[in-house]
Amino acid sequence: MQEQQQQKLIHTFSALADIGQEVAHKNNFQEMIQTSLHLLLGSLAIMRGGVARYSKFGHELNFLAVRGLGDDFPLSASLEMSDEREFLNTGMSDIELSQAKMLAFFQRYQKVLDRKRIEMIMPLIVRDQLVGIVFLGEKATGEPFTKEDKAVIQAMARHIGVGIHQRNLMAELNRRAEENRQLYEGMRMTYKDTVRAFATAIDCKDKYTEGHSVRVGRYSEIIAEELEWKEEEIEGVAVAGYLHDVGKLTVEKTIINAPYRINAKESKELNKHPGVGYEILLPIQHPYADVPLAAKYHHERLDGRGYPDGLKDNEIPYIAKIVSLADSFDAMTTDRPYKRRRPFNEVIEDMHRNAGTQFAPELVRAFCSGILKEVTGENKSRRFRRLLGPEYMEAEGLEMSLKDALNGMNATKPLTLIASG
Amino acid sequence: MNTSIEIPIRDEGDTATIYAGDYLNKLSGEKIERECRKRIEGGCKTLVVNFRETEIVNSIGVSILLGVIDAASQSDTSVIFSEVSKDTSQLFEMLGLTKHVVLQ
Repeated sequence: MQEQQQQKLIHTFSALADIGQEVAHKNNFQEMIQTSLHLLLGSLAIMRGGVARYSKFGHELNFLAVRGLGDDFPLSASLEMSDEREFLNTGMSDIELSQAKMLAFFQRYQKVLDRKRIEMIMPLIVRDQLVGIVFLGEKATGEPFTKEDKAVIQAMARHIGVGIHQRNLMAELNRRAEENRQLYEGMRMTYKDTVRAFATAIDCKDKYTEGHSVRVGRYSEIIAEELEWKEEEIEGVAVAGYLHDVGKLTVEKTIINAPYRINAKESKELNKHPGVGYEILLPIQHPYADVPLAAKYHHERLDGRGYPDGLKDNEIPYIAKIVSLADSFDAMTTDRPYKRRRPFNEVIEDMHRNAGTQFAPELVRAFCSGILKEVTGENKSRRFRRLLGPEYMEAEGLEMSLKDALNGMNATKPLTLIASG
Repeated sequence: MNTSIEIPIRDEGDTATIYAGDYLNKLSGEKIERECRKRIEGGCKTLVVNFRETEIVNSIGVSILLGVIDAASQSDTSVIFSEVSKDTSQLFEMLGLTKHVVLQ
């Protein structure tokens, strides 16, 4: 008799150990629940049973695993708020069916539970939340559940409850992560739209250079793409391009729109716009660093002859060098009140000639390479064609000019990535 | 799933003998249960589960066997557990399985 008792204990304890392992290490939730039900039923030789998960939002019990309950057993059951309260009041202890007739849930499902000879249920409660219910039939011995049996069931059910709770937490975590991702995406789009709206507002002030900021944003983006920067860095450069002239909002419209070459006084006024732009952009928490610096230094030159500070080469922020090239390219390729746009070949030659003095050579190289890819058809995106017009792109000898420019230039230094903050 | 596990079965008339193997666990157990159910649905009158090579039956094994017993009881198929070791037979008796099957 003692030997039998010992054997039973070993059998039960090994089931308990197995269920702990199962819950802690199984990645497949469905399989974990099925195995746990096997272990629970097998530990005490319970003829039938099921494990249901409770969905708090749908007030629904959904069976995750059933054994011996037949095909006609309902795999989901609704639970009233009052049922949930009653189960929570009961706590994680067994409810024998004979004692449960008072509960509304049993009154609703009594027929099916009787027919399936369910004798006991055990609410699964973790951290004061009902996470599921275990339904159990009779023991193979036909004897009633003993106090010890109930303790074993409770211990094993606790493991199953924790397994379900963990799963719920993971699902909630994933849901929130997805919600955050969508929120972030939404904010990013709003930011981009706002930046574009600003660019359009800036351009509205200058009727002769309509679309200038938007184009500088696009050209800056293209240069960064050619440099194979990361997506967020490319976005950052584009934003810097869109906003580089934001300081012009404070410059007199008559100066900006002057249909003649402006005088020294007017020029001095106009040249304040990089500094003003910097002041406007500095307090804004941009998702990308260096956007204000691009506004401030996009008129600097490598040889130190630019403004506002006459910075030289390495003193100029890299992002400003990109925007500077994009800005000059747009100035040369669009009509101005006092001069027509220059032929494409000339623009390329100009960029080539000024590489090392005005522009960073590796940026001119990257830009020319981007144009060449579209001219030769290697890049089918038609990004330049859309910005410059198809006829302009068909300039005679353009491909040769681009190849000459590329052959005549060597990157003078390694590429430096801007920091994104 | 688990198709790689071969369960030896001998069918003779309306009797099927299924050999449980050395360790009745979930992997082999579910296959055994499927095969037993197939025989029961096919009209088998006597189902013999042979434990000749079985050294351990864990809780999962017991649950599987209860599934077999349950399926058999609904089709008037009698279940015989044969060549059960002393330890396993004690376990079956203690858990009440012997109330539903004949031990040989």
